[in-house]
Amino acid sequence: MAAPMSELSGWFPALAIGVTFLKCLLINTYHSTDFEVHRNWLAITHSLPVSQWYFEDTSEWTLDYPPFFAWFEYCLSHVAKYFDKEMLVVQNLSYASPATILFQRLSVMFVDLVFFYAARECCKTVGDNKAKEIIGKPSFALAALLVWNFGLLIVDHIHFQYNGFLFGILLLSIARHCQSRHLEGALLFAILLNLKHIFLYIAPAYGIFLLRSFCFTSNNSDGSIKWRSLSVVRLAALGTIVLSVFALSFGPFIAMGQLPQVVSRLFPFKRGLCHAYWAPNLWALYNVADKALSILGVKLKVLDVDTLPKASMTGGLVQEFQHSVLPSVTPLATLICTVVSITPALLHLWFRPSGARGFVRCIVICAMGSFMFGWHVHEKAILMAILPLSLLAVESKEDARTFLLLTTTGHYSLLPLLFTAAELPIKVLLMVLYTLFTFTSLKTLLSKEGSLLSTVEGLYLAGLVPLEVLCEWVYPLTTWQGSMPFIPLLVTSTYCALGVTYSFIRLYLSLLRGQGVKHKDKSQ
Amino acid sequence: MENWSLVSLSVLLVLAAKWAVSFNSYSGAGKPPMFGDYEAQRHWQEVTYNLPVHEWYLNTTENDLNYWGLDYPPLTAYHSLLCAHVAKLINPEWVELHTSRGYESPAHKLFMRATVLVADILIYIPAVVVYCLYLVEGSTKKKVTTIFCILLYPGLTLIDYGHFQYNGVSLGLALWGVVGLGLGWDMLGSLAFTLALNYKQMELYHSLPFFCYLLGKCVKQGLSGRGLLLLVKVAVTVLVTFALCWLPFLSDSHQVLQVVHRLFPVARGLFEDKVANAWCSLNILIKIKTLMSTETQLSLSFVLTLLAVLPSSIKLFMKPTLWQFKLALVNSSLAFFLFSYQVHEKSILLPALPVCLLLSDLPLMAIWFLQVSTFSMLPLLLKDGLLLPYVVTSLAFLYFSLFLLSGLQRATDEQLRLQPYHALFSSILPCLPRFNLGRITKWKFVVSVVLMACLSLGIVVLEPPAQLPDLFPVLVSLISCSHFLGFLLYFNLLQLSEAPARRSSKKSN
Repeated sequence: MAAPMSELSGWFPALAIGVTFLKCLLINTYHSTDFEVHRNWLAITHSLPVSQWYFEDTSEWTLDYPPFFAWFEYCLSHVAKYFDKEMLVVQNLSYASPATILFQRLSVMFVDLVFFYAARECCKTVGDNKAKEIIGKPSFALAALLVWNFGLLIVDHIHFQYNGFLFGILLLSIARHCQSRHLEGALLFAILLNLKHIFLYIAPAYGIFLLRSFCFTSNNSDGSIKWRSLSVVRLAALGTIVLSVFALSFGPFIAMGQLPQVVSRLFPFKRGLCHAYWAPNLWALYNVADKALSILGVKLKVLDVDTLPKASMTGGLVQEFQHSVLPSVTPLATLICTVVSITPALLHLWFRPSGARGFVRCIVICAMGSFMFGWHVHEKAILMAILPLSLLAVESKEDARTFLLLTTTGHYSLLPLLFTAAELPIKVLLMVLYTLFTFTSLKTLLSKEGSLLSTVEGLYLAGLVPLEVLCEWVYPLTTWQGSMPFIPLLVTSTYCALGVTYSFIRLYLSLLRGQGVKHKDKSQ
Repeated sequence: MENWSLVSLSVLLVLAAKWAVSFNSYSGAGKPPMFGDYEAQRHWQEVTYNLPVHEWYLNTTENDLNYWGLDYPPLTAYHSLLCAHVAKLINPEWVELHTSRGYESPAHKLFMRATVLVADILIYIPAVVVYCLYLVEGSTKKKVTTIFCILLYPGLTLIDYGHFQYNGVSLGLALWGVVGLGLGWDMLGSLAFTLALNYKQMELYHSLPFFCYLLGKCVKQGLSGRGLLLLVKVAVTVLVTFALCWLPFLSDSHQVLQVVHRLFPVARGLFEDKVANAWCSLNILIKIKTLMSTETQLSLSFVLTLLAVLPSSIKLFMKPTLWQFKLALVNSSLAFFLFSYQVHEKSILLPALPVCLLLSDLPLMAIWFLQVSTFSMLPLLLKDGLLLPYVVTSLAFLYFSLFLLSGLQRATDEQLRLQPYHALFSSILPCLPRFNLGRITKWKFVVSVVLMACLSLGIVVLEPPAQLPDLFPVLVSLISCSHFLGFLLYFNLLQLSEAPARRSSKKSN
């Protein structure tokens, strides 16, 4: 770093190339069943006509992403055939030759170029200070936080998924909104929705923001909406873009009369409230409270053991969990909870619009709300909140504080994804690396003296260290590992759920206190 | 950002990369009956755990020396014993006498890899960190980038975490020796180096500079006063350390001779396989091995090595500074690698260590040498199935060292210390115009890197012609050897031409 590298051009490629080298080294690591899922989709899209895509069920991993993702796999499959044709045969279940692994891993790395480009665009939107050292620059910190994100590294490049590509499109869309190129942003988001429908969770923020801040061109002097400033042209343009994207995606299936089948694949409500390993959300806490109450009830002889439903917590991982004391939760209830949890943020976005930062904050809250209250949430979904929050964290001390809490707990809750012994050192090393970087760089940026966190928060995060040691090093050596193997996961998700819930509340408070408005004033 | 966090970030990053390399295959994986170095290390654990000390180096009914018999000094044996005790705790099958031969399993691989990681964390990495923080001149940023680049050196990572060996231990101990001498703690330095020597006999390549530096320092301080005291202290340290390491074998002179015999297997010939040294390259033209008796080969290589080492050693003895010491380490180990008897391709790591220490002073030359050294081991790495990590770590090292140390920007004649060549040229051919040697060197570097890349590609993609099955390995060793000869000249001239009062020596004092 001897040469002066004040420009984005110097160090950004270094960050991107560096992380790509690391990804290449991870090619031979463990990969989860998601690897087979995507191989199967390559085979389906390559060897079957479009009309069969959403009906094929040789493998249990049926195609359950929207049509654009299927087309994406279709495109990949035409490169895949030069690596190993066998992977494109639907009947070759769990096929994983070295060439297949190489191709699939390289494809993830290759489409991550979208993510790199998006991260670069995001970096251009943050205001740079006059720090001499690149380490003191917000754009550098943001680039490192995004490009080296621990969650993406282990979920995409070890566990195996294409999140980098998808989040790349999301970040690019956000960056376009920050650059006031709203139509491009809307187009990108519409495409994103048709690649993976989990992003529907943050669609309300997009809808409100575009309607309020793009279709209405001016405000009254007190900041309230000026109804007569509605631009029909803009509304029409927006509608055309979104509708045509959806038409392109679902049109063929509607024409074939397959829409109900496609929708039933996309929204399988047969799964349980919580994923096999509980994501650290409210339902994890709810489950634990229920269990605690039932044990307490039995102890105090308020409840009778025989009348309680047989909780399936004794064997292995918990798929179906029956509540014994507290009322059982239905999908509809989770939907209502989710909607209620994000409504205040949406109203705020409508009545007190505060520019791009307010929009990003609302996205994070929507993502968090669905994570906290959603049905069958995966722990990986926390990345949808962590990545956009990075944008806010490098510019405000309060956001940085929330970010540190959320990122550390959220990433920690991802650790059980990799349960193989060989991957233990690498996941711990990368986690420590990333966490150390977030703490030191945000402190350098925003709080020269004093800590970003309060004592209690610091202690809570420090508690993750003994938790990791106990769960992954000590517990497997005890005799309980045989009889109650689920305890470490249970403790991990409960402990992390506390941190995630606390971050959610903090984020909400910062929104309601009008943090965003203040920032808008400053920047304009 | 504080220094400690920058240092920790670099170390963590490198550790992650090193561990990622360890996911790949190792030497001799699934290749009975002899397997490879991985099995050798495991076998030593088995032998040291189950047999009494005096049988370790002896061919007995329980100990077949033809099957990976122990041929490293006692410290390696003790290390194996320590690992064996841990292995026994985890899974006794791993070190069962005889029945554990060729044992391979994912869990065992993980265990073996973990022992390398632990040894690295305990010895090599702290040595690099301490060296850079205290003995590299310049800003904190420069120190941290030097730490990062040294640790990133692909050769050592690939051999230790891929092929499987514990070079980090011997090189780390030797580096602690350099740190000790550099900081003026001569006793600690000689202790560390003696341990290194007792871990791997190849550390002899580094021993002459250590000897000359200490002796020169004693003479400088006056052999009748403080110098003598220092000499005695160092001598006692070395002798006591040696005695302690060899204690179990000292009871019987036959034992000592047997160990020494195991350490220096003269019968194995001048060289094995394809090594990028002078003998193997010469062998293409003249079949030395068949032409001369073993004794002649031995004495020839001894004389040549001595001749190659002598100038730099004498210079160091006359002028014992840290800068001279580092250069002498390079020159001595490189000369040993090129000319001495029974050299392995992995021994290039010994010159590579002191060259790593020059990364901050002479970035371009050091990067160049380190790239060539990794390249010279390519045939071995390919045999172990380490193509992917070889490509990735080499590119990563090339990119980051050039980027972070501004290798290509800091390449003027002055910065590459090429002035002696100007003097040389103008004395031989005064009519010659003054070349821009810095630019020429830069171009030579680029051409050389491209050549290595092409050959790496060729060796993987192309089929060698039927009558020349070894074409590519020979080309690799020939090209590497010519590079090393050039580097030997460069570093010798650099060391010998250094004027009495140099900038660097002034600063370090």
